[in-house]
Amino acid sequence: MVCLGVVMLYFLLAGFVSLAEFFDWPIGPTRWAEEVGPSYAPPSLQNILGTDIFGQSVFRKTLYGARISITVALCASLLSIVIGVPLGAVAGYFRGFVDDVVVWVYSTLGSVPYVLLILAFAVVLRDKTLFGHRLTGITAAYLAIGLTSWVGICRLIRGEVIKHKDREYVLAAVSYGCSRYRIIVRHLMPNVLHLVIVDFSLRFVAFVHAEVILSFLGLGESDRPSWGTMINDARMELSRGVWWQMAAATAAVFVFSLALNVFGDALRDSLDPKLGGFNKT
Amino acid sequence: MRNYVIRRVLYCVAVVFGVLLLTFLLFTVVGGDISVEIAGEGASRETIEEIREEYGLNKPLFLSVDSQFVSHFKSTVTFDFGRARDRELVIDKIKRGVGPSLSLTAPIFFGTAAIAVSLSLVIAFVRGSAWDVAAVVVCTAGMSIPYLGFILLGQYFLAYKWGLFPVFFSPDLTTAQNVALPVLIGIAAGLGGNVRFYRTVMLDEMRSNYVRTAFAKGLSVRGVLFGHVLKNAMIPIITRMAMSVPFLFLGSLLLERFFGIPGVGHLMVQAIAARDYNVVSAMTYIGAILFVVFNLIADICYAAVDPRLSVE
Repeated sequence: MVCLGVVMLYFLLAGFVSLAEFFDWPIGPTRWAEEVGPSYAPPSLQNILGTDIFGQSVFRKTLYGARISITVALCASLLSIVIGVPLGAVAGYFRGFVDDVVVWVYSTLGSVPYVLLILAFAVVLRDKTLFGHRLTGITAAYLAIGLTSWVGICRLIRGEVIKHKDREYVLAAVSYGCSRYRIIVRHLMPNVLHLVIVDFSLRFVAFVHAEVILSFLGLGESDRPSWGTMINDARMELSRGVWWQMAAATAAVFVFSLALNVFGDALRDSLDPKLGGFNKT
Repeated sequence: MRNYVIRRVLYCVAVVFGVLLLTFLLFTVVGGDISVEIAGEGASRETIEEIREEYGLNKPLFLSVDSQFVSHFKSTVTFDFGRARDRELVIDKIKRGVGPSLSLTAPIFFGTAAIAVSLSLVIAFVRGSAWDVAAVVVCTAGMSIPYLGFILLGQYFLAYKWGLFPVFFSPDLTTAQNVALPVLIGIAAGLGGNVRFYRTVMLDEMRSNYVRTAFAKGLSVRGVLFGHVLKNAMIPIITRMAMSVPFLFLGSLLLERFFGIPGVGHLMVQAIAARDYNVVSAMTYIGAILFVVFNLIADICYAAVDPRLSVE
Protein backbone atom coordinates (compact mmCIF):
# COMPACT_ATOMS: atom_id res chain seq x y z
CA MET A 1 0.00 0.00 0.00
CA VAL A 2 2.83 2.35 0.86
CA CYS A 3 4.27 1.61 -2.55
CA LEU A 4 1.01 2.37 -4.29
CA GLY A 5 0.98 5.63 -2.36
CA VAL A 6 4.48 6.49 -3.50
CA VAL A 7 3.65 5.65 -7.11
CA MET A 8 0.48 7.73 -6.96
CA LEU A 9 2.43 10.58 -5.44
CA TYR A 10 4.88 10.56 -8.33
CA PHE A 11 2.09 10.47 -10.88
CA LEU A 12 0.21 13.26 -9.13
CA LEU A 13 3.38 15.30 -9.04
CA ALA A 14 3.98 14.73 -12.74
CA GLY A 15 0.37 15.57 -13.56
CA PHE A 16 0.37 18.64 -11.38
CA VAL A 17 3.58 19.95 -12.92
CA SER A 18 2.22 19.48 -16.45
CA LEU A 19 -0.99 21.24 -15.49
CA ALA A 20 0.96 24.04 -13.88
CA GLU A 21 3.06 24.37 -16.97
CA PHE A 22 0.00 24.38 -19.18
CA PHE A 23 -1.78 27.10 -17.23
CA ASP A 24 1.42 28.90 -16.38
CA TRP A 25 0.98 28.77 -12.61
CA PRO A 26 3.89 30.35 -10.82
CA ILE A 27 5.06 27.38 -8.72
CA GLY A 28 8.59 26.17 -8.09
CA PRO A 29 9.07 23.30 -10.52
CA THR A 30 7.85 25.17 -13.59
CA ARG A 31 10.31 27.94 -12.84
CA TRP A 32 13.24 25.55 -12.70
CA ALA A 33 15.27 27.76 -15.03
CA GLU A 34 15.37 30.59 -12.53
CA GLU A 35 18.64 31.36 -10.80
CA VAL A 36 18.14 30.84 -7.11
CA GLY A 37 21.69 30.97 -5.82
CA PRO A 38 25.35 30.80 -6.68
CA SER A 39 26.70 28.10 -8.98
CA TYR A 40 27.22 24.75 -7.24
CA ALA A 41 25.88 25.79 -3.86
CA PRO A 42 25.77 22.73 -1.60
CA PRO A 43 22.47 21.69 -0.05
CA SER A 44 21.29 24.13 2.58
CA LEU A 45 18.09 25.29 4.19
CA GLN A 46 17.58 27.77 1.41
CA ASN A 47 18.11 25.35 -1.46
CA ILE A 48 17.19 21.96 -0.13
CA LEU A 49 19.17 20.01 -2.70
CA GLY A 50 21.72 22.63 -3.67
CA THR A 51 22.16 24.26 -7.05
CA ASP A 52 23.71 23.24 -10.35
CA ILE A 53 26.23 25.01 -12.56
CA PHE A 54 23.78 27.74 -13.54
CA GLY A 55 22.60 28.27 -10.00
CA GLN A 56 19.31 26.54 -10.72
CA SER A 57 17.63 24.69 -7.89
CA VAL A 58 18.29 20.96 -8.09
CA PHE A 59 15.14 20.32 -6.09
CA ARG A 60 12.98 22.08 -8.66
CA LYS A 61 14.75 20.30 -11.47
CA THR A 62 14.15 16.92 -9.84
CA LEU A 63 10.44 17.66 -9.50
CA TYR A 64 10.25 18.87 -13.06
CA GLY A 65 12.25 15.85 -14.21
CA ALA A 66 9.50 13.64 -12.82
CA ARG A 67 7.16 15.18 -15.35
CA ILE A 68 9.46 14.55 -18.31
CA SER A 69 10.49 11.04 -17.31
CA ILE A 70 6.99 9.91 -16.41
CA THR A 71 5.55 11.45 -19.57
CA VAL A 72 8.02 9.49 -21.67
CA ALA A 73 7.34 6.23 -19.83
CA LEU A 74 3.56 6.78 -19.91
CA CYS A 75 3.40 7.61 -23.61
CA ALA A 76 5.67 4.67 -24.41
CA SER A 77 3.45 2.36 -22.34
CA LEU A 78 0.27 3.57 -23.99
CA LEU A 79 1.82 3.25 -27.42
CA SER A 80 2.96 -0.30 -26.85
CA ILE A 81 -0.40 -1.30 -25.36
CA VAL A 82 -2.22 0.22 -28.30
CA ILE A 83 -0.04 -1.72 -30.75
CA GLY A 84 0.57 -4.90 -28.80
CA VAL A 85 -2.79 -5.79 -27.29
CA PRO A 86 -4.98 -5.72 -30.43
CA LEU A 87 -2.32 -7.46 -32.51
CA GLY A 88 -1.87 -10.17 -29.89
CA ALA A 89 -5.61 -10.67 -29.50
CA VAL A 90 -6.25 -10.85 -33.23
CA ALA A 91 -3.32 -13.21 -33.83
CA GLY A 92 -4.36 -15.48 -30.98
CA TYR A 93 -8.02 -15.55 -31.97
CA PHE A 94 -7.78 -16.00 -35.72
CA ARG A 95 -4.54 -18.01 -35.90
CA GLY A 96 -3.61 -19.07 -39.42
CA PHE A 97 -2.09 -16.53 -41.76
CA VAL A 98 -2.71 -13.49 -39.55
CA ASP A 99 -1.01 -15.24 -36.67
CA ASP A 100 1.97 -16.17 -38.83
CA VAL A 101 2.45 -12.59 -39.94
CA VAL A 102 2.15 -11.14 -36.44
CA VAL A 103 4.52 -13.75 -35.01
CA TRP A 104 6.98 -13.07 -37.79
CA VAL A 105 6.90 -9.34 -37.15
CA TYR A 106 7.41 -9.66 -33.43
CA SER A 107 10.08 -12.34 -33.75
CA THR A 108 11.96 -10.04 -36.08
CA LEU A 109 11.75 -7.11 -33.68
CA GLY A 110 12.44 -9.39 -30.76
CA SER A 111 15.60 -10.77 -32.28
CA VAL A 112 17.38 -7.43 -32.25
CA PRO A 113 18.89 -6.85 -28.82
CA TYR A 114 16.56 -4.47 -27.01
CA VAL A 115 18.96 -1.62 -26.29
CA LEU A 116 20.24 -1.63 -29.86
CA LEU A 117 16.74 -1.52 -31.24
CA ILE A 118 15.69 1.42 -29.10
CA LEU A 119 18.87 3.27 -30.00
CA ALA A 120 18.44 2.56 -33.71
CA PHE A 121 14.87 3.84 -33.63
CA ALA A 122 15.84 6.85 -31.58
CA VAL A 123 18.74 7.78 -33.88
CA VAL A 124 16.61 7.55 -36.99
CA LEU A 125 13.49 9.20 -35.59
CA ARG A 126 15.28 12.13 -34.03
CA ASP A 127 14.73 15.40 -35.86
CA LYS A 128 12.50 13.75 -38.45
CA THR A 129 9.36 15.47 -39.54
CA LEU A 130 6.24 13.37 -39.17
CA PHE A 131 2.84 14.71 -40.19
CA GLY A 132 4.21 18.22 -39.97
CA HIS A 133 5.61 17.78 -36.46
CA ARG A 134 9.29 17.79 -35.79
CA LEU A 135 10.16 14.88 -33.56
CA THR A 136 12.34 16.40 -30.92
CA GLY A 137 13.56 15.22 -27.56
CA ILE A 138 10.95 13.31 -25.67
CA THR A 139 8.70 12.59 -28.63
CA ALA A 140 11.45 10.69 -30.40
CA ALA A 141 12.34 8.99 -27.13
CA TYR A 142 8.88 7.63 -26.36
CA LEU A 143 8.21 6.73 -29.98
CA ALA A 144 11.43 4.72 -29.99
CA ILE A 145 10.62 2.98 -26.72
CA GLY A 146 6.96 2.42 -27.57
CA LEU A 147 7.49 1.13 -31.10
CA THR A 148 10.00 -1.42 -29.86
CA SER A 149 8.44 -2.67 -26.64
CA TRP A 150 5.04 -3.89 -27.76
CA VAL A 151 6.61 -7.28 -28.52
CA GLY A 152 6.45 -8.59 -24.96
CA ILE A 153 2.84 -7.64 -24.34
CA CYS A 154 1.76 -8.90 -27.77
CA ARG A 155 3.33 -12.30 -27.12
CA LEU A 156 1.71 -12.47 -23.69
CA ILE A 157 -1.78 -11.56 -24.92
CA ARG A 158 -1.56 -13.91 -27.89
CA GLY A 159 -0.68 -16.82 -25.60
CA GLU A 160 -3.50 -16.01 -23.19
CA VAL A 161 -6.08 -15.61 -25.95
CA ILE A 162 -5.10 -18.96 -27.43
CA LYS A 163 -5.61 -20.50 -24.00
CA HIS A 164 -8.99 -18.80 -23.49
CA LYS A 165 -10.58 -19.16 -26.91
CA ASP A 166 -11.68 -22.76 -26.35
CA ARG A 167 -13.12 -22.12 -22.90
CA GLU A 168 -16.86 -22.59 -22.36
CA TYR A 169 -17.69 -18.92 -22.02
CA VAL A 170 -16.22 -18.15 -25.42
CA LEU A 171 -17.97 -21.12 -26.99
CA ALA A 172 -21.22 -19.94 -25.39
CA ALA A 173 -20.73 -16.49 -26.86
CA VAL A 174 -20.09 -18.04 -30.27
CA SER A 175 -23.26 -20.11 -30.02
CA TYR A 176 -25.28 -17.01 -29.16
CA GLY A 177 -24.12 -15.64 -32.48
CA CYS A 178 -21.89 -12.89 -31.15
CA SER A 179 -19.71 -11.27 -33.76
CA ARG A 180 -16.00 -12.01 -33.66
CA TYR A 181 -15.30 -8.40 -32.82
CA ARG A 182 -17.68 -8.58 -29.87
CA ILE A 183 -16.17 -11.81 -28.63
CA ILE A 184 -12.68 -10.38 -28.66
CA VAL A 185 -13.54 -7.03 -27.16
CA ARG A 186 -16.32 -7.94 -24.71
CA HIS A 187 -15.47 -11.48 -23.72
CA LEU A 188 -11.79 -12.20 -24.21
CA MET A 189 -10.28 -8.83 -23.38
CA PRO A 190 -11.71 -8.47 -19.86
CA ASN A 191 -10.31 -11.89 -19.02
CA VAL A 192 -6.77 -11.14 -20.06
CA LEU A 193 -6.59 -7.48 -19.17
CA HIS A 194 -5.26 -8.00 -15.68
CA LEU A 195 -2.08 -9.34 -17.28
CA VAL A 196 -1.63 -6.08 -19.14
CA ILE A 197 -1.82 -4.14 -15.89
CA VAL A 198 0.68 -6.38 -14.12
CA ASP A 199 3.02 -6.43 -17.07
CA PHE A 200 3.03 -2.69 -17.30
CA SER A 201 3.52 -1.93 -13.68
CA LEU A 202 6.74 -3.92 -14.02
CA ARG A 203 7.66 -2.67 -17.48
CA PHE A 204 7.20 0.96 -16.52
CA VAL A 205 10.40 0.71 -14.52
CA ALA A 206 12.30 -0.43 -17.60
CA PHE A 207 10.88 2.53 -19.52
CA VAL A 208 12.01 5.04 -16.93
CA HIS A 209 15.48 3.50 -16.99
CA ALA A 210 15.47 3.51 -20.80
CA GLU A 211 14.65 7.21 -20.75
CA VAL A 212 17.65 7.78 -18.49
CA ILE A 213 19.94 5.95 -20.90
CA LEU A 214 18.53 7.68 -24.00
CA SER A 215 18.90 11.09 -22.41
CA PHE A 216 22.41 10.22 -21.37
CA LEU A 217 23.32 9.34 -24.95
CA GLY A 218 21.87 12.63 -26.11
CA LEU A 219 18.83 11.03 -27.72
CA GLY A 220 16.24 12.20 -25.26
CA GLU A 221 15.13 15.52 -23.89
CA SER A 222 17.73 18.17 -24.45
CA ASP A 223 16.35 21.53 -23.33
CA ARG A 224 14.41 20.70 -20.20
CA PRO A 225 15.59 18.77 -17.15
CA SER A 226 14.72 15.10 -16.91
CA TRP A 227 16.26 12.56 -14.55
CA GLY A 228 18.39 11.27 -17.42
CA THR A 229 19.77 14.67 -18.39
CA MET A 230 20.38 15.46 -14.73
CA ILE A 231 22.49 12.33 -14.31
CA ASN A 232 24.28 13.17 -17.52
CA ASP A 233 25.06 16.69 -16.32
CA ALA A 234 26.17 15.33 -12.99
CA ARG A 235 28.72 13.06 -14.64
CA MET A 236 31.27 15.82 -14.99
CA GLU A 237 30.41 17.49 -11.71
CA LEU A 238 31.21 14.43 -9.62
CA SER A 239 34.95 14.89 -9.99
CA ARG A 240 34.56 18.33 -8.43
CA GLY A 241 32.77 16.84 -5.48
CA VAL A 242 29.37 18.09 -6.58
CA TRP A 243 27.28 15.08 -5.69
CA TRP A 244 23.85 16.52 -4.96
CA GLN A 245 22.45 16.67 -8.49
CA MET A 246 23.56 13.09 -9.13
CA ALA A 247 22.20 11.94 -5.78
CA ALA A 248 18.86 13.71 -6.24
CA ALA A 249 18.20 12.26 -9.69
CA THR A 250 19.37 8.75 -8.77
CA ALA A 251 17.33 8.77 -5.58
CA ALA A 252 14.26 9.97 -7.48
CA VAL A 253 14.58 7.12 -9.99
CA PHE A 254 15.41 4.62 -7.27
CA VAL A 255 12.43 5.37 -5.03
CA PHE A 256 10.04 5.42 -7.97
CA SER A 257 11.33 2.15 -9.45
CA LEU A 258 11.42 0.42 -6.09
CA ALA A 259 7.84 1.38 -5.36
CA LEU A 260 6.73 0.26 -8.82
CA ASN A 261 8.65 -3.01 -8.58
CA VAL A 262 7.19 -3.93 -5.21
CA PHE A 263 3.74 -2.78 -6.25
CA GLY A 264 3.92 -4.76 -9.49
CA ASP A 265 4.97 -7.89 -7.62
CA ALA A 266 2.14 -7.52 -5.15
CA LEU A 267 -0.31 -6.95 -7.99
CA ARG A 268 0.90 -10.06 -9.77
CA ASP A 269 0.60 -12.15 -6.63
CA SER A 270 -2.94 -11.07 -5.99
CA LEU A 271 -4.19 -11.20 -9.58
CA ASP A 272 -2.48 -14.35 -10.76
CA PRO A 273 -4.24 -17.36 -9.28
CA LYS A 274 -1.33 -19.65 -10.04
CA LEU A 275 0.84 -17.84 -7.56
CA GLY A 276 -0.02 -17.09 -4.03
CA GLY A 277 1.79 -15.82 -1.01
CA PHE A 278 5.36 -14.81 -0.66
CA ASN A 279 6.83 -18.30 -0.88
CA LYS A 280 5.78 -18.88 -4.40
CA THR A 281 6.82 -15.69 -6.10
CA MET B 1 14.16 -34.51 -34.87
CA ARG B 2 15.47 -33.75 -38.36
CA ASN B 3 12.20 -32.16 -39.38
CA TYR B 4 12.25 -30.08 -36.24
CA VAL B 5 15.74 -28.77 -37.00
CA ILE B 6 14.85 -28.00 -40.61
CA ARG B 7 11.72 -26.16 -39.50
CA ARG B 8 13.68 -24.11 -36.98
CA VAL B 9 16.34 -23.22 -39.57
CA LEU B 10 13.74 -22.13 -42.11
CA TYR B 11 12.09 -20.02 -39.47
CA CYS B 12 15.42 -18.36 -38.71
CA VAL B 13 15.85 -17.51 -42.38
CA ALA B 14 12.48 -15.77 -42.30
CA VAL B 15 13.48 -13.80 -39.22
CA VAL B 16 16.84 -12.80 -40.70
CA PHE B 17 15.02 -11.57 -43.78
CA GLY B 18 12.74 -9.62 -41.48
CA VAL B 19 15.71 -8.00 -39.79
CA LEU B 20 17.13 -7.04 -43.19
CA LEU B 21 13.84 -5.46 -44.09
CA LEU B 22 13.71 -3.71 -40.73
CA THR B 23 17.17 -2.17 -41.02
CA PHE B 24 16.40 -1.14 -44.57
CA LEU B 25 13.09 0.47 -43.66
CA LEU B 26 14.57 2.15 -40.65
CA PHE B 27 17.78 3.51 -42.06
CA THR B 28 17.02 4.01 -45.72
CA VAL B 29 13.31 4.69 -45.97
CA VAL B 30 12.68 6.47 -42.67
CA GLY B 31 16.24 7.68 -42.19
CA GLY B 32 16.10 9.18 -45.64
CA ASP B 33 18.63 10.90 -47.78
CA ILE B 34 21.74 11.60 -45.76
CA SER B 35 23.86 12.90 -48.62
CA VAL B 36 23.42 16.50 -47.56
CA GLU B 37 24.50 15.65 -44.04
CA ILE B 38 27.57 13.76 -45.24
CA ALA B 39 28.60 16.52 -47.60
CA GLY B 40 28.43 19.05 -44.81
CA GLU B 41 27.15 22.58 -44.95
CA GLY B 42 27.70 24.65 -48.03
CA ALA B 43 28.63 21.75 -50.28
CA SER B 44 28.04 22.18 -53.98
CA ARG B 45 25.31 20.38 -55.88
CA GLU B 46 27.88 18.25 -57.68
CA THR B 47 29.40 16.97 -54.42
CA ILE B 48 25.98 16.00 -53.15
CA GLU B 49 25.18 14.26 -56.41
CA GLU B 50 28.46 12.36 -56.24
CA ILE B 51 27.70 11.18 -52.73
CA ARG B 52 24.21 10.16 -53.74
CA GLU B 53 25.74 8.19 -56.59
CA GLU B 54 28.32 6.50 -54.36
CA TYR B 55 25.77 5.49 -51.71
CA GLY B 56 23.26 4.54 -54.38
CA LEU B 57 20.74 6.99 -52.98
CA ASN B 58 19.54 7.99 -56.44
CA LYS B 59 18.27 4.51 -57.25
CA PRO B 60 14.66 3.38 -56.78
CA LEU B 61 13.85 2.02 -53.30
CA PHE B 62 12.21 -1.32 -54.02
CA LEU B 63 10.90 -2.11 -57.48
CA SER B 64 13.93 -2.56 -59.66
CA VAL B 65 16.72 -5.07 -60.25
CA ASP B 66 19.32 -2.68 -58.89
CA SER B 67 17.04 -1.05 -56.35
CA GLN B 68 18.40 0.09 -53.02
CA PHE B 69 16.75 -2.80 -51.25
CA VAL B 70 18.42 -5.40 -53.47
CA SER B 71 21.84 -3.88 -52.94
CA HIS B 72 21.20 -3.59 -49.20
CA PHE B 73 20.18 -7.22 -49.19
CA LYS B 74 23.26 -8.36 -51.10
CA SER B 75 25.78 -6.37 -49.14
CA THR B 76 24.36 -7.21 -45.73
CA VAL B 77 24.18 -10.92 -46.40
CA THR B 78 27.85 -10.86 -47.38
CA PHE B 79 28.70 -8.78 -44.29
CA ASP B 80 29.86 -5.87 -46.40
CA PHE B 81 28.55 -2.89 -44.52
CA GLY B 82 30.24 -0.19 -46.52
CA ARG B 83 32.32 2.55 -45.00
CA ALA B 84 31.80 4.64 -41.92
CA ARG B 85 31.84 8.44 -42.03
CA ASP B 86 35.61 8.49 -41.59
CA ARG B 87 36.01 6.25 -44.67
CA GLU B 88 37.14 3.23 -42.67
CA LEU B 89 35.38 -0.04 -43.49
CA VAL B 90 32.66 -0.63 -40.92
CA ILE B 91 33.58 -4.28 -40.59
CA ASP B 92 37.20 -3.38 -39.71
CA LYS B 93 36.04 -1.02 -37.02
CA ILE B 94 33.84 -3.69 -35.53
CA LYS B 95 36.59 -6.33 -35.66
CA ARG B 96 38.91 -3.99 -33.81
CA GLY B 97 36.35 -3.44 -31.09
CA VAL B 98 35.45 -7.05 -30.44
CA GLY B 99 38.59 -7.86 -28.43
CA PRO B 100 38.29 -5.12 -25.81
CA SER B 101 34.54 -5.67 -25.61
CA LEU B 102 34.92 -9.38 -24.97
CA SER B 103 37.55 -8.81 -22.30
CA LEU B 104 34.95 -6.72 -20.52
CA THR B 105 31.74 -8.64 -21.16
CA ALA B 106 32.95 -12.24 -20.89
CA PRO B 107 33.94 -11.91 -17.20
CA ILE B 108 30.69 -10.04 -16.51
CA PHE B 109 28.68 -12.73 -18.26
CA PHE B 110 30.24 -15.72 -16.52
CA GLY B 111 30.67 -13.93 -13.21
CA THR B 112 27.04 -12.88 -13.07
CA ALA B 113 25.80 -16.32 -14.13
CA ALA B 114 27.98 -18.21 -11.62
CA ILE B 115 27.21 -15.92 -8.70
CA ALA B 116 23.51 -15.55 -9.49
CA VAL B 117 22.92 -19.27 -9.98
CA SER B 118 24.71 -20.35 -6.81
CA LEU B 119 23.16 -17.56 -4.75
CA SER B 120 19.69 -18.36 -5.98
CA LEU B 121 20.23 -22.04 -5.18
CA VAL B 122 21.07 -21.14 -1.59
CA ILE B 123 18.16 -18.71 -1.36
CA ALA B 124 15.76 -21.28 -2.75
CA PHE B 125 16.95 -23.69 -0.08
CA VAL B 126 16.21 -21.26 2.76
CA ARG B 127 12.94 -20.13 1.16
CA GLY B 128 10.43 -18.46 3.38
CA SER B 129 13.01 -17.56 6.01
CA ALA B 130 14.14 -14.09 6.95
CA TRP B 131 17.20 -14.58 4.73
CA ASP B 132 14.98 -15.19 1.76
CA VAL B 133 12.95 -12.06 2.42
CA ALA B 134 16.10 -10.03 2.89
CA ALA B 135 17.57 -11.36 -0.35
CA VAL B 136 14.45 -10.50 -2.33
CA VAL B 137 14.37 -7.02 -0.83
CA VAL B 138 18.03 -6.43 -1.68
CA CYS B 139 17.54 -7.75 -5.22
CA THR B 140 14.51 -5.56 -5.83
CA ALA B 141 16.40 -2.56 -4.51
CA GLY B 142 19.31 -3.44 -6.79
CA MET B 143 16.99 -3.66 -9.77
CA SER B 144 15.63 -0.21 -9.00
CA ILE B 145 18.93 1.66 -9.10
CA PRO B 146 19.49 3.01 -12.59
CA TYR B 147 22.46 1.49 -14.36
CA LEU B 148 24.11 4.88 -14.66
CA GLY B 149 23.88 5.24 -10.90
CA PHE B 150 25.92 2.08 -10.43
CA ILE B 151 28.55 3.24 -12.88
CA LEU B 152 28.88 6.80 -11.63
CA LEU B 153 28.97 5.91 -7.96
CA GLY B 154 31.38 3.03 -8.57
CA GLN B 155 33.68 5.13 -10.66
CA TYR B 156 33.54 8.02 -8.25
CA PHE B 157 34.09 6.18 -5.00
CA LEU B 158 36.13 3.11 -5.90
CA ALA B 159 38.35 4.65 -8.54
CA TYR B 160 38.43 8.39 -8.00
CA LYS B 161 38.03 8.82 -4.26
CA TRP B 162 39.70 5.71 -2.92
CA GLY B 163 42.04 5.04 -5.84
CA LEU B 164 41.52 1.28 -5.80
CA PHE B 165 41.23 1.07 -9.59
CA PRO B 166 42.28 3.18 -12.56
CA VAL B 167 39.62 5.80 -13.33
CA PHE B 168 40.02 5.49 -17.06
CA PHE B 169 41.23 3.00 -19.62
CA SER B 170 44.88 3.41 -20.49
CA PRO B 171 46.86 1.28 -22.93
CA ASP B 172 49.84 1.08 -20.54
CA LEU B 173 48.01 -1.00 -17.97
CA THR B 174 47.27 -4.70 -18.31
CA THR B 175 43.83 -5.71 -19.49
CA ALA B 176 43.00 -7.13 -16.09
CA GLN B 177 43.74 -3.84 -14.36
CA ASN B 178 41.76 -1.94 -16.92
CA VAL B 179 38.59 -3.97 -16.84
CA ALA B 180 38.55 -4.90 -13.14
CA LEU B 181 36.29 -2.09 -12.01
CA PRO B 182 33.89 -2.11 -15.00
CA VAL B 183 33.50 -5.86 -14.57
CA LEU B 184 32.76 -5.42 -10.89
CA ILE B 185 30.15 -2.75 -11.64
CA GLY B 186 28.62 -4.82 -14.43
CA ILE B 187 28.22 -7.83 -12.16
CA ALA B 188 26.82 -5.77 -9.31
CA ALA B 189 24.29 -4.10 -11.58
CA GLY B 190 23.09 -7.33 -13.18
CA LEU B 191 22.91 -9.39 -10.03
CA GLY B 192 19.55 -8.20 -8.69
CA GLY B 193 17.43 -9.14 -11.68
CA ASN B 194 19.29 -12.38 -12.32
CA VAL B 195 19.11 -13.67 -8.77
CA ARG B 196 15.39 -13.00 -8.68
CA PHE B 197 14.85 -14.78 -11.99
CA TYR B 198 16.90 -17.84 -11.02
CA ARG B 199 15.30 -17.93 -7.59
CA THR B 200 11.88 -18.34 -9.23
CA VAL B 201 13.28 -21.09 -11.45
CA MET B 202 14.87 -22.90 -8.51
CA LEU B 203 11.73 -22.62 -6.39
CA ASP B 204 9.70 -24.25 -9.15
CA GLU B 205 12.09 -27.16 -9.07
CA MET B 206 12.31 -27.29 -5.27
CA ARG B 207 8.61 -27.97 -5.03
CA SER B 208 8.69 -30.99 -7.33
CA ASN B 209 8.27 -34.49 -6.09
CA TYR B 210 11.67 -35.71 -7.15
CA VAL B 211 13.32 -33.29 -4.75
CA ARG B 212 11.22 -34.54 -1.87
CA THR B 213 12.10 -38.10 -2.87
CA ALA B 214 15.78 -37.27 -3.00
CA PHE B 215 15.68 -35.79 0.49
CA ALA B 216 13.63 -38.73 1.71
CA LYS B 217 16.28 -41.09 0.40
CA GLY B 218 18.63 -39.37 2.79
CA LEU B 219 20.81 -37.60 0.25
CA SER B 220 22.90 -34.73 1.52
CA VAL B 221 21.70 -31.19 0.98
CA ARG B 222 24.56 -30.53 -1.36
CA GLY B 223 23.80 -33.69 -3.32
CA VAL B 224 20.20 -32.69 -3.84
CA LEU B 225 20.90 -29.06 -4.67
CA PHE B 226 23.68 -29.61 -7.15
CA GLY B 227 22.86 -33.11 -8.39
CA HIS B 228 19.11 -32.78 -8.79
CA VAL B 229 17.78 -29.24 -8.60
CA LEU B 230 20.52 -27.55 -10.58
CA LYS B 231 20.46 -30.19 -13.30
CA ASN B 232 16.74 -29.82 -13.83
CA ALA B 233 16.84 -26.05 -13.70
CA MET B 234 19.40 -26.00 -16.47
CA ILE B 235 16.92 -25.41 -19.32
CA PRO B 236 15.71 -21.96 -18.23
CA ILE B 237 19.26 -21.10 -17.19
CA ILE B 238 20.63 -22.03 -20.61
CA THR B 239 17.83 -20.11 -22.33
CA ARG B 240 18.59 -16.98 -20.41
CA MET B 241 22.29 -17.32 -21.04
CA ALA B 242 21.87 -18.03 -24.75
CA MET B 243 19.70 -14.94 -25.08
CA SER B 244 22.38 -12.75 -23.58
CA VAL B 245 25.28 -14.00 -25.71
CA PRO B 246 24.76 -11.23 -28.33
CA PHE B 247 25.45 -8.72 -25.61
CA LEU B 248 28.86 -10.29 -25.12
CA PHE B 249 29.81 -9.19 -28.56
CA LEU B 250 28.05 -5.86 -28.45
CA GLY B 251 29.82 -4.92 -25.28
CA SER B 252 28.37 -2.62 -22.77
CA LEU B 253 27.53 0.76 -24.24
CA LEU B 254 27.58 2.61 -20.99
CA LEU B 255 30.48 0.90 -19.27
CA GLU B 256 32.70 1.31 -22.30
CA ARG B 257 31.66 4.90 -22.67
CA PHE B 258 32.44 5.77 -19.06
CA PHE B 259 35.74 3.95 -18.81
CA GLY B 260 36.91 4.78 -22.31
CA ILE B 261 37.31 1.15 -23.31
CA PRO B 262 37.72 1.10 -27.10
CA GLY B 263 35.19 -1.67 -27.73
CA VAL B 264 32.15 -2.20 -29.89
CA GLY B 265 29.88 -0.40 -27.45
CA HIS B 266 32.08 2.65 -27.59
CA LEU B 267 31.97 2.48 -31.38
CA MET B 268 28.19 2.39 -31.22
CA VAL B 269 28.03 5.44 -28.96
CA GLN B 270 30.28 7.36 -31.34
CA ALA B 271 28.22 6.27 -34.33
CA ILE B 272 25.06 7.48 -32.61
CA ALA B 273 26.59 10.85 -31.87
CA ALA B 274 27.74 11.17 -35.49
CA ARG B 275 24.47 9.76 -36.86
CA ASP B 276 26.52 7.22 -38.80
CA TYR B 277 23.73 5.02 -40.13
CA ASN B 278 26.04 2.48 -41.73
CA VAL B 279 27.62 1.58 -38.42
CA VAL B 280 24.38 1.56 -36.42
CA SER B 281 22.66 -0.53 -39.08
CA ALA B 282 25.54 -3.01 -39.21
CA MET B 283 25.52 -3.38 -35.43
CA THR B 284 21.77 -3.90 -35.36
CA TYR B 285 22.07 -6.58 -38.00
CA ILE B 286 24.99 -8.42 -36.37
CA GLY B 287 23.29 -8.30 -32.99
CA ALA B 288 20.14 -9.83 -34.45
CA ILE B 289 22.06 -12.52 -36.34
CA LEU B 290 23.88 -13.56 -33.18
CA PHE B 291 20.62 -13.66 -31.27
CA VAL B 292 18.94 -15.81 -33.92
CA VAL B 293 21.89 -18.20 -34.19
CA PHE B 294 22.23 -18.72 -30.46
CA ASN B 295 18.52 -19.19 -30.05
CA LEU B 296 18.64 -21.79 -32.77
CA ILE B 297 21.50 -23.59 -31.04
CA ALA B 298 19.64 -23.48 -27.74
CA ASP B 299 16.47 -24.82 -29.38
CA ILE B 300 18.34 -27.69 -30.98
CA CYS B 301 20.03 -28.46 -27.67
CA TYR B 302 16.67 -28.74 -25.93
CA ALA B 303 15.33 -31.00 -28.62
CA ALA B 304 18.38 -33.21 -28.17
CA VAL B 305 17.89 -33.27 -24.39
CA ASP B 306 14.11 -33.39 -24.24
CA PRO B 307 12.41 -35.42 -26.99
CA ARG B 308 8.96 -34.03 -26.08
CA LEU B 309 9.89 -30.65 -27.56
CA SER B 310 10.54 -31.77 -31.13
CA VAL B 311 7.07 -33.26 -31.47
CA GLU B 312 5.20 -30.02 -30.81
